[in-house]
Amino acid sequence: MKFSTYLENITGISVYPLISLILFVAFFILVTIWMYSLSKKEIEHIEHLPLDN
Amino acid sequence: MSLDKFTYDNRYPKFFAMATIFWGAVGMLLGVIAAFQLAFPVLNFSDYFPHIAFGRLRPVHTNAVIFAFVGNGIFTAVYYALPRLLKTPMYSKALSRIHFWGWQLIIVLAAVTLLFGFTTGKEYAELEWPIDILITLIWVVFGINMFGTILTRRERHLYVAIWFFIGSWVTVAMLHIVNSFEYPVSFMKSYSWYAGVQDALVQWWYGHNAVAFFLTTPYLGLMYYFLPKVAERPIYSYRLSIVHFWSLIFLYIWAGPHHLLYTALPDWAQSLGTAFSIMLILPSWGGMLNGLFTLRGAWDKVRENPVLKFFVVAVTCYGMATFEGPLLSLKNVNAISHYSDWTVAHVHIGALGWNGFLTFGMLYYLIPKLWNTKLYSTKLASTHFWIGTLGIILYALPMYWSAFRAYFMMKAFTPEGMLQYEFIDVVKTTLPFYIMRAVGGTIFLVGVFVMIYNLIKTAKAGSFVASEDAEAAPLAKEYVAPANSIWHSFLERKPLLLLVLSLVVVGIGGMVELIPTFLVKENIPAISSVKPYTPLELQGRDIYIREGCYNCHSQMIRPFRYEVARYGEYSKAGEFVYDHPFQWGSKRTGPDLARIGGKYGNAWHFNHMMEPSAVVQGSIMPTYPSLYDNIIDKGSTNSKIHAMRKMGVPYPVNYEAIANADLDKQASAIATGLKTDNKIDVKSDKEIIALIAYLQRIGKDIKLEPKTAIQ
Repeated sequence: MKFSTYLENITGISVYPLISLILFVAFFILVTIWMYSLSKKEIEHIEHLPLDN
Repeated sequence: MSLDKFTYDNRYPKFFAMATIFWGAVGMLLGVIAAFQLAFPVLNFSDYFPHIAFGRLRPVHTNAVIFAFVGNGIFTAVYYALPRLLKTPMYSKALSRIHFWGWQLIIVLAAVTLLFGFTTGKEYAELEWPIDILITLIWVVFGINMFGTILTRRERHLYVAIWFFIGSWVTVAMLHIVNSFEYPVSFMKSYSWYAGVQDALVQWWYGHNAVAFFLTTPYLGLMYYFLPKVAERPIYSYRLSIVHFWSLIFLYIWAGPHHLLYTALPDWAQSLGTAFSIMLILPSWGGMLNGLFTLRGAWDKVRENPVLKFFVVAVTCYGMATFEGPLLSLKNVNAISHYSDWTVAHVHIGALGWNGFLTFGMLYYLIPKLWNTKLYSTKLASTHFWIGTLGIILYALPMYWSAFRAYFMMKAFTPEGMLQYEFIDVVKTTLPFYIMRAVGGTIFLVGVFVMIYNLIKTAKAGSFVASEDAEAAPLAKEYVAPANSIWHSFLERKPLLLLVLSLVVVGIGGMVELIPTFLVKENIPAISSVKPYTPLELQGRDIYIREGCYNCHSQMIRPFRYEVARYGEYSKAGEFVYDHPFQWGSKRTGPDLARIGGKYGNAWHFNHMMEPSAVVQGSIMPTYPSLYDNIIDKGSTNSKIHAMRKMGVPYPVNYEAIANADLDKQASAIATGLKTDNKIDVKSDKEIIALIAYLQRIGKDIKLEPKTAIQ
């Protein structure tokens, strides 16, 4: 059995790339917003974690 | 609130650190030997040990440096940093023990099996299926131990180094599993499930991301932990590190096809690889600058502290290599660099500079800490730093030089339109560069031994602290976010979500890249005259794989005038549909073999494998005397044909039953021909006969059908 046979049997596989692109862009925007929303106090706490011990 | 008391177990960081030192020395020593073998072929010792010929030794070197040296380096950092960042001991002592010894067992098995010729023939994934399974199991053990620790933590926030560890773990797991799909033929022999172009794409998707997620991202975790620690100041920009992480893991996963530019890989996939590789400059340099800027206003420390010296050069090398990488993925640059020593220089800037120096810096910091003492000699460490830097330069420069020299020679035509130089002319002028490179590598290795001496002296002066007491408040059940935080660093507090999201991010890139080549028929136009290998040729191909011929010979002619004139018609995707695994190679220390079939007579190959330099004056290829003694393993023919048919190679049903009869017939025809035409007496059951049969078949099928390819 050729390997690709398994993939061909997935219904609607052609839409996967599109979904993935949308997912990625959305995700990236979220990460960026989240990054800017981090409070200074939290960041200060986190970035000192390696220095504490 | 009362504080919990607990201890950090220092034994496993110690074990892994010792392992990384030991395997580092071994792996680099093998590299030096392999480098000298290229310059002085007599060092292959083929007459005595076929096991250490370059084709078998080089994979041991690469695997040892990547998975043993860097692998143990990663684990040292994880087992030291993770508990401290999370204020909790490692999850399970038993799992730590299994992880440590399991990984060392894998390394030993890998070294032994590769030297004995058990290989899948796919670069950096050469290990055979039982070891692949063992790797998966140990990797899962490591994962459980890591996530167990994260889930039982006393610090709510996950520091960015931990993100890098999580992202690396999940991606390496995915890459290893997808690329290791193979059909076992027997114990210690398997065929890649994918063939030809598809195999090449999966392999370089894996190969590139092994660089990304084994050599780079976990080491970025290491950098984000140890650099601020040693510099005694927080990282330059924590926000930048967030963007660095997510963009890096997303972009990296797409870049693999840049290893296949101008090959028979579909054009769209090549362009995709190039585009993402160029974008990679941004996160990579973001990371580098984040590291270097951490030292702003503290450069006086760099002058005095050898650890920081190593870190600065390591991060600089990271910047150099990640600038060079996108450069190499441009098609016009890649035309020069691919198959050449440039690639070798590039990876060694990364391996020696980035991985090597970061590991050394970590060890110089860690060993005195673990043994509760001071470094035996700061001066000696600085000496190591300078020796190492010199070694890197002396390694890389000759390789760059030789790459350009080879390129200009390869593409030179006479005014009459003939190629100006033979391949062997290029080899001869490259030889001095190989010698210089070997010397550069030796100097780097000397530095490592200086370090080992220094560290042993350090450890002897102190006493090992097996466990360190610590205390921290337990994690509050209900988390109250700071008033002005909108997103409450949501992700950071959810390690499992982080794991899933990293998997999604890297999975997307992999799927979009790989699936179309499997599905869209136009991507690999069929060529009707391309037929499966005969049983004898198949056996010969397995000998070709066993001896690691792909380490020096490509089987992929690019569509350039100077390549077509030298090797023959450029390679087509449809030619490789029965190649489990593909053997395109990535380096031409010897000439391309994609059209070797029929180029020379059988006697030429017979004499050439016996004594290459007698046939081609100046050849640096090892001799292969064992092929004239070893008998073809006919017992395996049946299962090999069976496995191939199961994977879609159209052998007739029940062909297994008569395959060996066909094999005998073809073998005796070759042996008889050698006797009558060339007065060479050889029994038809010797391995050399099978290898000749294979070599004479490569790239010939397409010539049988001058018609246009069927779309």
